[in-house]
Formats: sequence, C-alpha cells, structure tokens
Amino acid sequence: MGEFKVHRVRFFNYVPSGIRCVAYNNQSNRLAVSRTDGTVEVYNLSANYFQEKVGCEDGSVKLFQITPDKIQFERNFDRQKSRILSLSWHPSGTHVAAGSIDYISVFDVKSGSAIHKMIVDRQHMGVSKRKCIVWGVAFLSDGTVISVDSAGKVQFWDSATGTLVKSHLIANADVQSIAVAEQEDSFVVGTAEGTVFHFQLVPVTSNSSEKQWVRTKPFQHHTHDVRTVAHSPTALISGGTDTHLVIRPLMEKVEVKNYDAALRKITFPHRRLISCSKKRQLLLFQFAHHLELWRLGSTVATGKNGDTLPLSKNADHLLHLKTKGPENIICSCISLCGSWIAYSTVSRFFLYRLNYEHDNISLKRVSKMPPFLRCALQILFSEDSTKLFVASNQGALHIVQLSGGSFKHLHAFQPQSGTVEAMCLLAVSSDGNWLAASGTSAGVHVYNVKQLKLHCTVPAYNFPVTAMAIAPNTNNLVIAHSDQQVFEYSIPDKQYTDWSRTVQKQGFHHLWLQRDTPITHISFHPKRPMHILLHDAYMFCIIDKSLPLPNDKTLLYNPFPPTNESDVVRRRTAHAFKISKIYKPLLFMDLLDERTLVAVERPLDDIIAQLPPPIKKKKFGT
Amino acid sequence: MVSDQKPLGSWSVKQGQIITCPAVCNFQTREYIVVHDNKVLRIWNNEDVNLDKVFKATLSAEVYRILSVQGTEPLVLFKEGAVRGLEALLADPQQKIETVISDEEVIKWTKFFIVFRHPVLIFITEKHGNYFAYVQMFNSRILTKYTLLLGQDENSVIESFTASVDRKFISLMSLSSDGCIYETLIPIRPTDPEKNQTLVRSLLLKAVVSGNTRNGVALTALDQDHIAVLGSPQAASKECLSVWNIKFQTLQTSKELPQGTSGQLWYYGENLFMLHGKSLTVIPYKCEVSSLAGALGKLKHGQDPGTHVMPRFVNWETPQGCGLGFQNSEQSRRIEDSEKHIEVEVRKFLALKQTPDFHTVIGDTVTGLLERCKAEPSFYPRNCLMQLIQTHVLSYSLCPDLMEIALIKKDVQLLQLCLQQFPDIPESVTCACLKIFLSIGDDSLQETDVSMESVFDYSNSVHDEKMEEQTEILQNGFSPEEDKCSNCDQELNKKPQDETKESTSCPVVPKRAALLNAILHSAYSETFLLPHLKDIPAQHITLFLKYLYFLYLKCSENATMTLPGIHPPTLNQIMDWICLLLDANFTVVVMMPEAKRLLINLYKLVKSQISVYSELNKIEVSFRELQKLNQEKNNRGLYSIEVLELF
Repeated sequence: MGEFKVHRVRFFNYVPSGIRCVAYNNQSNRLAVSRTDGTVEVYNLSANYFQEKVGCEDGSVKLFQITPDKIQFERNFDRQKSRILSLSWHPSGTHVAAGSIDYISVFDVKSGSAIHKMIVDRQHMGVSKRKCIVWGVAFLSDGTVISVDSAGKVQFWDSATGTLVKSHLIANADVQSIAVAEQEDSFVVGTAEGTVFHFQLVPVTSNSSEKQWVRTKPFQHHTHDVRTVAHSPTALISGGTDTHLVIRPLMEKVEVKNYDAALRKITFPHRRLISCSKKRQLLLFQFAHHLELWRLGSTVATGKNGDTLPLSKNADHLLHLKTKGPENIICSCISLCGSWIAYSTVSRFFLYRLNYEHDNISLKRVSKMPPFLRCALQILFSEDSTKLFVASNQGALHIVQLSGGSFKHLHAFQPQSGTVEAMCLLAVSSDGNWLAASGTSAGVHVYNVKQLKLHCTVPAYNFPVTAMAIAPNTNNLVIAHSDQQVFEYSIPDKQYTDWSRTVQKQGFHHLWLQRDTPITHISFHPKRPMHILLHDAYMFCIIDKSLPLPNDKTLLYNPFPPTNESDVVRRRTAHAFKISKIYKPLLFMDLLDERTLVAVERPLDDIIAQLPPPIKKKKFGT
Repeated sequence: MVSDQKPLGSWSVKQGQIITCPAVCNFQTREYIVVHDNKVLRIWNNEDVNLDKVFKATLSAEVYRILSVQGTEPLVLFKEGAVRGLEALLADPQQKIETVISDEEVIKWTKFFIVFRHPVLIFITEKHGNYFAYVQMFNSRILTKYTLLLGQDENSVIESFTASVDRKFISLMSLSSDGCIYETLIPIRPTDPEKNQTLVRSLLLKAVVSGNTRNGVALTALDQDHIAVLGSPQAASKECLSVWNIKFQTLQTSKELPQGTSGQLWYYGENLFMLHGKSLTVIPYKCEVSSLAGALGKLKHGQDPGTHVMPRFVNWETPQGCGLGFQNSEQSRRIEDSEKHIEVEVRKFLALKQTPDFHTVIGDTVTGLLERCKAEPSFYPRNCLMQLIQTHVLSYSLCPDLMEIALIKKDVQLLQLCLQQFPDIPESVTCACLKIFLSIGDDSLQETDVSMESVFDYSNSVHDEKMEEQTEILQNGFSPEEDKCSNCDQELNKKPQDETKESTSCPVVPKRAALLNAILHSAYSETFLLPHLKDIPAQHITLFLKYLYFLYLKCSENATMTLPGIHPPTLNQIMDWICLLLDANFTVVVMMPEAKRLLINLYKLVKSQISVYSELNKIEVSFRELQKLNQEKNNRGLYSIEVLELF
C-alpha cells in the first residue's frame, strides 16, 4: 500500500479557550458556544454535532446590560445594594428573579419594585463561609425560583411567599450554572468540581400526582469548573474551563439506542488551523492572536515500519507574526511555494511576501489592500501561487492575481441572488482551472476560473461539508460531509463518478459512519491517482479506489501487518480503507511529497498541563 | 407552604381591644376575618397594613367562631347557637340574632364540613356536665339536637373533640378526662329531626393520655384511620404528640414536646401545627395507608398484646376478644405468643419479597419491633430480627437501637450478624461488641450458634502445613543474623520450642475466633476507634493481640500470605488491628509481664516487615527506572521522523 516517512509534529502549542457560555436553540437544534477569548461557535446538533460557524466578531468579551426601557424609565427597579450576577424571567414576563451576593430578589415588572428578598444561607458545611454568591437563577412558570450558589447549594424558593421550599447541598465548591428543560420537568447544574448533576421532577410515589424535584444523576466529564450548562430535549450540554464541550444524551429520551445516544466530547475545532508549504516543507500554525511559521527537519536515514529515524536537521521556528489589535484571527494560509502568507481578522485582511536567502527570511507586508478585502472566512492560494482566492464574509469570492510583490484584483463571484450565505470552504484544482466553494448548507458551487463563470452546482445534500479537495488530472471533486459520507464528483462531467455511485449503493462500513469527529482535510497522491488521503482527529486513512469496499462483516481497521498469511487470504481481506490510528489527536495531515507525510498532533496531556489547576478534592476520606 | 423563615404578614388590634375569635381566611375573596371584643368584625386583605383602618362591622350578638372552608362562604356561629352566612350578615350587621341554645348552655367546640357539596355545621354544648350535639344542615336549614350519653363513666369531663366525616356519619371523637378516646357516630341525615335524640359513645382507644392532666390535651383526626393526640402519656412524663392508628389500635409515632403545649393542635395540608413552648411548631405528617405491616410491633407499653389486631384483619391468628388485665406469668406467655405470631407474619411477608416498598416496610417493622423491645424488656423477637437483618436492606443508621438492645442482651450471634451485614456501624459500637466478644465466658459461647464461616479449623492443619522454610518466607529474604536486636534474638533462641507451641495453637476457642473475625472485617476510622480501644481491660487486649499474632503466623505459613477458609481476615486487617491495639494501649501492655513475650514477637515481626518493605521499595524503584527507559523510547518529544507502512 505504501511506506511513508512521517514528520510527527507535536510543537503546535495550541490550547483551546475555556467555554464561558452555551445556549441551545430548540427550533434549529443548534448550540452556540462562547469561549473566553471572545469567539462564538455554532454547532449543528442535527448534523452530527458539526461545528458550522466560528464568529470572531470581536476579540473582547463585552458585557451587555439589557434593561427594558419601559421599566427603567417609567418606574425604577428598587435599588440593589450589591451586584446582580444572574437574572431569570418568569416565562410570562411578569416577574424577574435576580441573584446577587447573599440574596435573591424577585421584581414585579409592572411596578418595578422588589416584592421579595430571599436571603441565601452563607453556611458551608456548617461553617459560615465568605459571602454566598448566587451564580444562577431559574424562574419556572409555577413561580418556583431555583438558585445555585457558591456554597454548593441548589435551592428551591416560592416566589409568591419568598420562602425557601427545599435545599440540596450538592458540592463542596461553587455551583456555577443552571439550565432548565423547556418542559420544566428536568434541569441541570454544573459545579466547580467538574460535576454535572441532573435534577428531575418525579412523582413522590408511583402513580401519584404529587411531584417533587429529585437529584437523579451525577456526571463527571470535566476536570475543571463547569461554567455553563444547557438542556436540550434529549441531552445535557456542559462546558467550562477545561475547554471540552460535552453533550450527554439522556438515555430515557433517546428513542433509538444507536450511535447518536453516545456521549460526545468536543475538544478540537472542526476546521483547519494549519496550512502547509509543500515545496519548502513549512508549516503555518494559526493561534488566536498570532501565527507561527516552522520549517520541518530532515533525515537521511531509512528504516522499517515503526522506526524512529535519527534527525540530521531538527525543525526550526522561523517566524512569529503577531496581529495588531485585539481581534482574533479567523483564517490563515501559506502558499505552496512558501512565498506568501495571508490571514484575516474580522475587520482587516493581511498579505505578506516572504523572501528566503539561505537561512535568512525576510517579510514584507503588501500594503494597500482594496476595501472589499476586509473580512475573509477562507483564504486559498493556487498551486502555482499566482492566484489568491478569498471567500469574504459578504458571500463574494474574490480572485486576486499575484505577481512579484504586487497583486491585482481579477474578479469577484457574487453570491447567488437570494442567498446571503458566505462560503467557508474552498478548493482549487492543481491546474488552476476550477474553484470549488461551499457554505454550510447551500451546496457546493464549482467555478471556471479561466472563463470566470459558475460551472456547476453539486446536488444539495442534507449535511454540511466538512472538507473538500479537487484531485489532480481527473479534476474529480471529493467532498466529505458531517455525517461521514464521502462523495466523488466529476467536475468536467458534471456528475458523480462511478466509484462514488458504487460507494453510495453499497454504503460505508458502520464503524466508519460511527466516527464522531469530522474529516477536516483531504489530499491526493501525485503518483497514485486511485488514492484519496483523508483524516479526522483520531485516524488517518488512505482510500484505494481500486480495491473492493469493505462490508459490515469485514474488519475495517486492522493495525497488524500481514505476517505469514497466505497471499490468497490477504487478497480476500484487503479492502479500500487503509487506516492508521497511530497519530492522535490529529489536527493536520498532508502529503509533502510522494513518500513523505506530515502529521500534526496535539496530545491532550499537553493541553491539560497548560490549564489552571483544578479545585483540589479530597480523596479516600483523608 | 411551610416556611421556617418569617411570618408573611402580621396585624394587630389596638391596645385594649381583645381578639375573641381566631382569624380565618375567606377563601373566596382572599380576605381575612377576625372578631374582637366579641361583637366587632374586621375584614382585611394582604395589602392592608393597619387593622384599625380596615372594614369594620359591629354585630348585635356575641360571636363564638367564624368558620371557613374552601369552596363556600364563611359562617358565623354566635354564642347563643345561631348561625349566619357572612354575606347575609354583612348585608345587615345589626340584624337580630335568635337564641338557639338554652340558658347556661355553653358552646364547647364546633366544626364545619362540606358533605356532598352541602355545608354541615356541628357544635357541641355543655350544660351541668351534660353534652349536646347540634347538627345544622344548610341545604335544608334543619337543625338537629342530640344528647350525648357518656355511658358508664358519667363523671368524666370531655377535654377535646375532633370529627371526621364519611358518607353517612359524622364520627365525633372525644378525649375524656379519664384519658380515653370515645367515638360517637352522628347521622348526617337525621331520621326524625323534631325529636330530641340521644347518642351513645363507644370506647375507641384506652388510656392514650394520663387521666390526671388537665391542660394541654387535644386531639385531631388526620384521616379515617389516624388521629393525633397531644398530652402526657403518663402522669409524670413530659407532654408529647402521638399519632395513633385507630384501625389497628397502634401507636404510629410519637414526639416529645419538652417545653409544654397549650392544648391546641391543627392538621392542615399534611402538616400538624401546635404550640410548643413559645413557638408554633409545624410537623409534616402524612398518613400512610393503614396496613398491618405498617402497624406491626408498634404497640405501646401497657397495651395488652392480644388486642393490637382488630378482628377485621383475617390473617392474624390471635384469639379475639381478649379481656383486660393479665397476670404476670400469663403476660410472658402472651409475649412469647406474640413473638411467635410476629415471626410467622414476618416470614410470610419475606416470602413474597417482591413488594415495591419492601425496603420501607422492613425498616418500619424493625423500628416498630425495637420500640416495643425497649418498652417491654421481656419482649425480644430474636428470630424475627435475625431474619430481618438477613434481608440485606437494613443498616445501622436505619435502626441504631437494634445493636444497642443486642449489646444489652449480650446476644453475640445477633451482633456478629450485624457486624457482617451493616456497612455503617460507628466505631464506639464496634468497640462495645469487641468488649463483649472478649469478655463473654467460654461456657456461654458454647450455647450460641455463631457463624463459623470465617474460621478455619487451624488445629487439624497445623502439622500438615507446617513448612520447613517458614522463617524464610516470613522474613522474605531478611536474614535474622543481621538483626541488631541481639537481646530479643537471644531470648527467642532460648525458648524456640515454647515459641512454636505458643504460636501454633490458637489462643481462643473457635467460636470466639469467629466473633473476633467479624470485628476484623468491620470498617472503621482509626481516629474514632482509638479512644474506645483504651477502655478495654489489659488482659483482653493481650488476648486479642495473641490471637492476632497467631493469625499473622498462620498467614505467613503460605506464600500468598492468606488464611484458609471461606471468608478469612486479610493480612492487612490483621496488621492494622495489631497496630491499633498497640497504639491505644502501649503503656499498659508494656507494663504487663505476661505480655512481654508477645511484645518481643511483635517487635520481631515489625522488623521483618520493615525489611520486606524496604526490599519492595528497592524493587519498585528499579521498576520505575525501567519504565522511564521504556517511556523515553516511546516518547519522541516534540518532533520526530518515523516510518509508517500502511497495509
């Protein structure tokens, strides 16, 4: 199948930002996640939990104080002595509950006056602690107010009388977040100990109409503070300082016990943060506020499978490019020849020209960007580095001619009339004739770059595109979707290829469809046209189109090399999917040349080592 | 909603005015109504602050009570027996109020019901020791008068009333000054309203409160089968609240009220309200469906055991209609009978295990049985308790009295069972068990039937299993020659035969060994156990240490360092207990001449252990180094170039 030298890179010092807030929308089944660095991500829970959008609207976290004008100006809310840390509206909009330090106030919206002030007990495990901060409140339609506080309590209050109804002590540390299901029959809270507790409204005895809130299930999927929780109809969602987004389906709500009922833990972004200059063997790493350029090392040695080869030259850190201002980097790209670097923030587009003289490297910024190049969602250089393709956030695709140190705007494909969706994935053919662009839902458009017109649109598919690439020579477009389907579409013929039809007819192996990270990169072997190389966070795969497809009875992943099996058996069990799970978590993998691969890994332990220490917990009753 | 936080509202009348009738809530208008100075009616709502400024109506006659229930307008009952609806009264406050009851007749108590959506008012009057009941029907405006006959006990005074209603009758319950509760059934639909009718009362519960108490007595019906009684159960005892099951004549629960009460008791929305000292005490209480299992064993002291089952329960095998007052011998026979019967019932119940509330029923049954055990020292349903413990659903915290009683009775078999089954025995109790296990005489042990599961018959196997290399294994590579403690070595060498003899024969009888093994298996925390261990007499400490040392030697006889048997103590348990005993009693043991040999042996044992562990440490360090080397091979650092072949 093939033997490769693999540059195994672990110096991409990427640490995801902690999750600050999650919000779930029931109508669209989408989840918005905000991180401490100010980015907002949108996950489509229907599309296999795929991260559809990343917004970096502003590099700072802004605190918005929303005060309905009417209340503010017509009648002042009674003045509160201390800060308000949490708010919750009664579903009917007549009352607001506000959590402060040491107490909860219930306001009547009409009169603007606090009708109740409910004092929260400061006691913590019998010891009077510091102030008790009410981190979260939830107002139910029956008038119950649920509060969570820094003393580890979950308390139920009657807002009509202002009295405490029930109190649960659930943690030795702060309870920081609460979210109630739409039906108000279940809610979830998250603690600073990394625990998530599920509470449910259950009948006191079987077939009794009287119901009470009962703490039902604890989950420990986090090592750090659970800063935020959300409650979808079928799952509990939590996120916090440890940067993982955890989606825990509620088994009793899941109708079919299939793979969708499995726990999802999303740690890495579903997009590429790395680009590669094959010719100069360079890697460009994208961070929130800077770019790093590294040159890979080399070896002259050879070896057999599994060997680590002695380095004749180690990898070099060539460049550290900091952005100006507080804005986060949205996307970045290095050209194949390594002479161009482009990146974009929310309001500015930057293009740099790089010059290499022996070991020295000089950087020159191309100034005077045209005003339409302001905010790009995706940047791509053509293979010969003469053209730059930019997908703007307005939906337009710009083609820019690069020559020497200057550039010239050639054309802009305007979005289809009636659509406003911006393209977030680009692919260009190696001959530079074809450009494919995909948004999150509107299908893939293929443009003819020579004639500067839309060539065709790939038939729409239900699930968003996670990666795509155009094969050299054949100009077949390979598209991976979030439901793990892979299609091959012939651009010249404007139809799916025979191989793609066969695959669809036979179906993918069930284990292939059950992977829970999307394919983020596709590439091709220059000498082996039948091979497609692709990877997700936990595996790297070469699909050999000349071999038969595996069915559900065949072993999809076989890590062991054939030893003394006869050739017949070997031929019978050989199938198209050659998978390696050696490198993980795998953020990027590409072919440098026909015998060399580069793999960028980011071990979880390295990320954890850079997080603040979690709350210390006593163990074994010591 | 019961809150322990604050009153939700508070209003007061002007100085000089006296509230003469409890305030009620008009559920239809959400207003409150109170009467002060007998004739002045006040009506207000939550928003009102000053009672002096709210609606006021002065009536022409004195009010006894205002009665309000959900779903209908409040009624005003005048002291002379007349009744008016609130609306009609407010329309003309000065209207003339007729007199219904005779002179010197005084209203004692009243209650308002809704029967088939029609309001029914009942009030009781008293005149010269005679009691009368008046039932006013509002749909037909009929007032019926009944004379209550007190039966044999003509002199008794009725202290308190309560009533519940079912389809045809109002069941009026009265607590008399003789301490008994009587029931009178009053028909809701009178047969002949014109005629003055008489009603007899029947004894419902005997001697629920002491006959001598004069104040603080009250009762209230909770549901068809349960009543709550406030008062002192015995003449000298403190006042308490008791809930009785009248169907089975059993005491459901009781709570002492040491600060005294004032004879006021209400039941509303599954909460009992009462005055306790200077505060209003609220006790949530929900009546469970009355069943025999729930009532089992909940008989109070003084009640004769035969009558705690009413004839309507068919399974019960007790002869019915037992008279009162047994002789002592007969009583003990009765107790035995009762224990037998309980055992039979428990066995029946356990046989159909699959009830959903199995846990609760078992818990309630044990609590009930123990309550009775405490009250009646001769009552001890041992077999029954053993069976219940073996259901695996009990724990110490569920029935702390169980072990306490077993300790008093020195029932080592039951204690052993508890130690094996309960996960949460406090250290003090474990230690109390240990004391009994060590001190109980061998002869009394012979009679017991303790589980011998954890004990292996050591005497038989001693010689077969005795191995030549015993010392070598014991010391695990540690050579005695290196031992710097030459003294003890010498001493040990002097009497090698003695030592062997001492170490190979078990110092305690097998039954005691089984009991001690139960202690070794129990969970504990050192901090809490140590202080209790200090109370054990020195000779018992020595005996236990000898036994532990013996177990240790047995352990070290085989290479896996385990004892034979089904569930033997582990080496760790043995070592921990040796350390604990020595920590707690070191000075005492050191001073005892007979413990000297044991101490020397133990010292040697510790020495050999230390050397074993130091050897283990060395091995561990070497392994760690090997692991590090291995890791370095696997860990390629931040960057490497590798060869990958895909097949």
